[in-house]
Parts: sequence; structure tokens; C-alpha cells
Amino acid sequence: MNTETAAGRFGRFGGRYVPETLVPALMELEEAYAAARADPTFDAEVARVLREFVGRPTTLTPARRLTEAWGGAHVWLKREDLAHTGAHKINNTVGQVLLALRMGKKRIIAETGAGQHGVATATACALFGLPCEVYMGALDVERQALNVFRMRALGAVVRPVESGSRTLKDAMNEAMRTWVSQVSDTHYVIGSAAGPHPYPTVVRDFQAIIGKELRTQAQAAFGKLPDAIVACVGGGSNAIGVLHPFIGDASVRLIGVEAGGHGLDSGQHGASLTLGSEGVLHGSRSLVLQDGDGQIQEAHSISAGLDYPGVGPELAHLAKTGRMEVRTATDDEALAAFYEVARMEGILPALETSHAFARGRELARELGVGRYLVINCSGRGDKDVATISARGVPPAVGVKA
Amino acid sequence: MSGDIAKAFARAKARGEGALVAYAMAGDPDLARSVDVFTALVEGGADIVEVGVAFSDPIADGPVIQGASERALKAGSTLKRVLEEVVPEVRRRCPETPLVIMTYVNVIMAMGEERFAKLARERGVSGAILPDLPPEESGSLRATFDAAGVDLIPLCAPTTPRARAEAIAKDARGFVYCVSVAGVTGMRAELPPDLSQRLDLVRNASPVPVVAGFGISSADQARTLSAHADGVVVGSAIVRAAHADGPQAAKALCAEIKRGLKR
Repeated sequence: MNTETAAGRFGRFGGRYVPETLVPALMELEEAYAAARADPTFDAEVARVLREFVGRPTTLTPARRLTEAWGGAHVWLKREDLAHTGAHKINNTVGQVLLALRMGKKRIIAETGAGQHGVATATACALFGLPCEVYMGALDVERQALNVFRMRALGAVVRPVESGSRTLKDAMNEAMRTWVSQVSDTHYVIGSAAGPHPYPTVVRDFQAIIGKELRTQAQAAFGKLPDAIVACVGGGSNAIGVLHPFIGDASVRLIGVEAGGHGLDSGQHGASLTLGSEGVLHGSRSLVLQDGDGQIQEAHSISAGLDYPGVGPELAHLAKTGRMEVRTATDDEALAAFYEVARMEGILPALETSHAFARGRELARELGVGRYLVINCSGRGDKDVATISARGVPPAVGVKA
Repeated sequence: MSGDIAKAFARAKARGEGALVAYAMAGDPDLARSVDVFTALVEGGADIVEVGVAFSDPIADGPVIQGASERALKAGSTLKRVLEEVVPEVRRRCPETPLVIMTYVNVIMAMGEERFAKLARERGVSGAILPDLPPEESGSLRATFDAAGVDLIPLCAPTTPRARAEAIAKDARGFVYCVSVAGVTGMRAELPPDLSQRLDLVRNASPVPVVAGFGISSADQARTLSAHADGVVVGSAIVRAAHADGPQAAKALCAEIKRGLKR
């Protein structure tokens, strides 16, 4: 099933709101992408790299202790944290870098927030021998030192962005400005299912491997489709990737969890689906956090990957039409979920992913015993250890200190 | 068509000059003092004034105008306040000079397209330039502006293919804004060698005047371009001068560039 209602439109959302200089490049990308998709050798090459290099398919893991503790539906985890580089982001960067090579582009630029997309882009560029520049908010450069090192180790140049709030949205502004001036030989790898058409479609298609694998794995593991699938939502690439292949399955509840930050009443959150209004940010019309004069507001989340005041246009459409349910989790709830998953399942989830886990208990209970809940475990939490450990570590369990 | 813009170009032409379209940021350093900057631009010889309205995420702008946007937002600039406090006062002081609002589409959407068009016309705004609204997305907004008598001025880029550039020009309102370089706003020491050909192409297709903008900061550049365009836009250089040395510096820069536009 396709929710695209016209070229690059998802209901009222989507489109291509960019400077004229970029329009021809986006048209070129749209054509090149359609041609690649029509060419079976391209899909075969993407599939080969995902299998041989990324380690796909990622597994579907039963979360037995969480299932027991929560006392409701069977809980299963789609393990994107096991993909090479530690998150789902690599699915998209491999696809886009292969596309860029096909288009004859000579260099790659990208934006990054937490650094996971930057690392995944730098990785794909190292694999295929293309130079890579990553724009990253100066504040994020400071708080994500591990990923900054990983990008540099992989041969990429990290360019700190000092403008605005010095976070992801400003990194994306700067990447677009750079692209405008180097558009003829450069491909811009956007990491979220956001941005101008055709990016929301391209990123969704490359990330849909998550949901496609899940369909097959769910049938094999428990003989049916899941009753509900939950994913965290920042820009929304892991969410649209896992949820999209199930849009046409009315029996499957689709749930997105946004960053509640310090609480929805605090004004410091990243809940653009829940509290945003219609606007244009970074090239597409979607739901954005803005004031009454159309100025984009700064988002807040403990997880840098959800610290974004917009959301992909297709998710905005799915939320507005009611096909996707939207909930939120605060910083504190995400932190509690991080330790719960660590200690019950032996997995350190990313702080982004921890937001999806934070709503797991209530969803499992709503669904009830005998039903199946799949949580998209979008990434691993190693990158977040500095943030998390700064708040202290709870005592060990079952062992005297 | 508002007609004011066409008259301003015609007046410049009758004097044997290319038109100077001068940009400054409303609200930089604050709303009241930016009125003095706009007035100075006209005193320095600007034929059309672009009134910049700040947006938090200006993806088409280089560092100079980004800085001005941040200052204007800190000073409390909003589209509503610019239309109420800046535009009427500039019109009162400079009644002959058409004013064009330059901002990003989200700022217009937040006010509402119809409400903006009506209010803008009432306050004496002749046109609008929205650098993140390409033709494919501008249909309904332009119809609304047309009905209100506000020209939506299109942009044409160095990367725009020939047929698309001609289509943009043929259908233009007010004037065609030819972006001289692939990049963001800001001063450039050198302009691309094929710019004059590009301007000739657009000018041949366009029923309205054609101006070159982005990167232009000197009388020499203006002189070279005036053989191929009906005028030039100067933005970042003016914003920088006004920020560093006040309205008189902006006036002097306009006068200097205007000398380059005399034919």
C-alpha cells in the first residue's frame, strides 16, 4: 500500500520547498532513483551489501523476561541495534551512496544529530571510496565525542555548525546551504525520512527492509503478523521503515513514540506530531514545532536523535489520518526504560530506542495476554553512555556491592 | 500586477540607469532603526527596496544575512510587526519607492496567505520574494497574491535548465530575480563567466524586467551586469555596511553601486 497521494505528497504533507538552485538536482535524483529501482541489478547490489557488510537480516528476538514482567502481550524485538555501526541508519546510507555512485557524484555530504547517521554515512563512504563531509551542530559535537571520533577514524571531515541552536536542525540548514553551492558533483545523504521530495520516499524505501524482514520473521516465529508495532519517532526513519510495510494490514496497530522531554507542558520536548502545527521546514510541509509567527522552535530531548522540531511528511500524514497512534515518553521515562531493558534483556538500547520501550508495558497490557507486540530496537546505546552515566548508575541487582 | 514595480524600472530606464534593488533586514538592529536604514537606501538611489523579514532557519542565506536574521529575531521582529511598524513608515518617508517583502514561505503560511496578501497590499507592499517556494509549490499562493495585487517575484538559478528558465520568465510577475551564483546570499569577488549569457536568455523570454542578485557588492560588478540585466540586487554588502557603520554607510554604498549602473 502506498500513502503517496501525488508525486512527493502524503495528503497535505511533503512537497519540495527549496531554493530554485536545488530543484533541478532533486529532479535529477528523482529520475535516477526511479531508474535504479527499475534496474534489478541495483536492488541486487543493495541486497548484497546489506547481507555481506551490514549483517542483515537482523534478528527478531523474544523478550521473555520483559513479557513476564509486563504481564501482557508477548514482546519481541526487531534488532536493528545488531546492524553494522549499531543502528538502522546504515540501511539508508548504503542505498544512497550506491545511488550516488550510479549518478556519477564525486563526493558526499550529510547532516547528523547524535552522530549515528554521520557514522553510517562515513562508513558507506569508506566502503565505496568516496570523500565525506558531515555537518554537525557544535553542541552535538561536544556531547557526542565518541561518534565524532568514529567519523574521523573512518576518514570523514566533521564540520561543526555554530549557527542557531547548534544542533541537528542547524546542521541540516548548513548541509543544504553547502549542497546549493556544490550541487553539480555532490550528493546530499539525508538521514531522516524528511526533507524535500524525493528524500522522504527514498529514505523510506531503503529503511522498509526492516518491516519487510519483520513480516517474514513474525510468520516464522509466531505464525502471524504482529498485533502492534511500536517505534520511536524523531524525524522518523526507523519508524517509517518498520511500519510502512504494514500500513495496509488493518489488524496491525502502528504506534509512534515521540520525545516528551521535560514533559509536554514544559515547552521543552520534541513532540512535533503531538503538539506541532503545519509548516515548512527543511524542504517539506509537515508538522513542526513553531511559534505563532512561523519561527521554528528549539526541540528538547535527552536523546540527540529525537531532538528535532520536525518530522517526516509521511508520518505526519499517517498520524493525521489516524493510521498511526502517537504517544510520548519523557526523558526520565526513557532513562528508566534504558535500565529496565539492560537488566531484563541484556541489551543496552539507544536513548532514542528507549522511548519506544518506555511505552512497552502499557501497550503490552492493553493488547493482553496471547497477543504479539514488536518493539523496533532501532539502535544500541553505547553512544549514550556518557549522558546516562552522568546521572549516576542504579545499584547492581542480586549481588552485594 | 501592482504596476508600481514596472513604473520604478521605467523611471530608472528613462534616466539612463539600471535599477538598484536594495535589501536590508527589518528589525536589524531594531524595528525603528531599520526604518532609518531603508530610508537611507532610497536616499542613496535605490529604485526598489527589499524588506527582509527574519526566519529562524534561512537555508538560502549566507553568514551575513543569517547574522542579521538572528539580531532581528532577538529584537522582536515578526512579519506582523514589520507590516505594522516598518512598512507604513518607510512608505510615508519614501512614497515613490516600491517595497518588496523577502522572507521564507513558513513565515507567510503562519500568518495565512490571504491575510498576508490583504494586509501587505493595504500597507503598500508591491511584491514578495520567497526563495524556498519554487514554481511547483507556488500555484495557490500566487493566485491569492494576484487577486490582492501583490506580485510574487520568481527566482531563476544558474542550475535551472533552459526550457524551465524560459517558462519561469514568461510567467513572471514584477521582475525575474536571476540568482547569479549556485550558492547562498553573500558577497563574491568573482561572478560566473556565463552569467551574462544566462541573463540574456531570461531577458529574451521575459515580459517583465530581469535583475541579477546574490554575490553583487561593487560598482564594477553592477556596471558589467547592467549590459545584460535591467538592474541588480544588493543585499549582504548593504546589511554588513548598515550593521558595521549605520544607515549613512548603507546610503553611501547604494550611491556607489548606482554610479556603476549609469549607462
